[in-house]
Amino acid sequence: METVTGTDREHRNGNGYDAAAQADLGRLPALIESLLFAAGAPVPLARLVEALDGPERREVTAALKVLAEGYEREGRGIRLVQVGGGYQLRTPAEHALWVRRLLHERPPRLSRPMLETVAIVAYRQPCTRAEIEAIRGVEAEAVLSTLLERRLVRVVGRKEAPGRPLLYGTTREFLEVFGLPDLSALPTLRELGEAEILSHPELVVDAGGVRPPAPAAADREPAGEAG
Amino acid sequence: MEVACTVRLPIFEGPLDLLLHLIKRNEVQVSDIPIATITDQYLATLEELPELNLDGAGEYLVMAATLVYIKSRMLLPTAEDDEEPEEDPRGELVQQLLEYQRYRDVALALGERAVLDRDVFARDPEALGPPAAGETAEPCVRDASLADLLDALREVLRRLRPPAVHEVAREEISIGQAVERILARFVMAERMEFTSLFAVDRTRAEVIVTFLALLELIRLRVLRAEQPERFGAITLALAVATVAEATERVHDLGRLEAGWRGEGEHHGDGDRNG
Repeated sequence: METVTGTDREHRNGNGYDAAAQADLGRLPALIESLLFAAGAPVPLARLVEALDGPERREVTAALKVLAEGYEREGRGIRLVQVGGGYQLRTPAEHALWVRRLLHERPPRLSRPMLETVAIVAYRQPCTRAEIEAIRGVEAEAVLSTLLERRLVRVVGRKEAPGRPLLYGTTREFLEVFGLPDLSALPTLRELGEAEILSHPELVVDAGGVRPPAPAAADREPAGEAG
Repeated sequence: MEVACTVRLPIFEGPLDLLLHLIKRNEVQVSDIPIATITDQYLATLEELPELNLDGAGEYLVMAATLVYIKSRMLLPTAEDDEEPEEDPRGELVQQLLEYQRYRDVALALGERAVLDRDVFARDPEALGPPAAGETAEPCVRDASLADLLDALREVLRRLRPPAVHEVAREEISIGQAVERILARFVMAERMEFTSLFAVDRTRAEVIVTFLALLELIRLRVLRAEQPERFGAITLALAVATVAEATERVHDLGRLEAGWRGEGEHHGDGDRNG
């Protein structure tokens, strides 16, 4: 039933593949650290489980926790974050100054119109330009093209409405840039309406609230979609 | 854009933002706006604008008109014998303000997060191999949309090596030729990675011609672009049985209708268009 191809056998015998697969759980955090370092991008849990080929999901999750806590406890220069549907190694925010100086890159500019527009798209996706304009009260064409360029939003389709306007949604880059595990990590708009979050941004950071199916005023459809 | 911004109100992101500012300054509730006061202050602020740029000012002026209208309706005595109770003329504006305020708060919170490449840094991502079957969140293969293809194209262009310093004579390649090049690749394999299609392309122009040819082939339903995983790698597959069939269809349909018919020397008809 199980056919082992030549390459498979090579792997298993030659590279200690089996030994790694059977890795004792104590080695698991370090092994995961290697995988995450090599990948660079956020790696979904399923892909870690697949690559490790042996340990169960919950064992991998436990090892991720050990790794993350180790970084924190020892005050290391790396943090393990859950972002964009996966796990990723990142530098801690308090080291930003030095890293920036080394890389000599200008930090990405995030203007208020960009942030407001991407916030609207994040909550109401898929949504049209007219909907964004109705909420912000100003035209959105220029800022949308900037967001498209920066890959924070993408065109996800067209609305079946007069003029078939484009529909926008957020991207995985959006989650990665703002360090969000997934869209449900955005606070519900009701929470925002009730609490004075202006002075407490950390409320948003860790809110695990589930996103409502649609914000309260979703029924207010802009009349004309002429574009 | 930068130019327009300097002419507009520098601090406010639009009429709603200005209104919220005035409401906060007056320490009143959004739900119970003293409309006369706010309207006067709003108009006064508009007058302070150094120059009204028509583009940006339009939105402020529309709001000014709305405010004046609401103010006038508030002044009108309500008829005693009305059967239905008069609704608050401010209602719609209040809803709009509350909604905008919520998104504005989210935006503020987003901006204060640890932003990638500004506050926190990660290694440049390596491409992961395709996931094992059954491990994907969305198991069914979905067709890649135009947006997916454009995302993938952007990635190809980004990875393109910077041009060499010396000028190389440009090789002109038409979309028609690129179509044939692509089809030739499918003689050997039924499927291939989107990015491998661009392996031989050296310049942006070549990449774009290849991409246009690919779009053409997808439009003619000769190729299919599939994306097993959302945001994942895009795979191209032959949508017809054989390359011969594909070539036939391209000739039947493509040459008749598409814009690439006449360009360059396609199929050795040899006339150069000048």
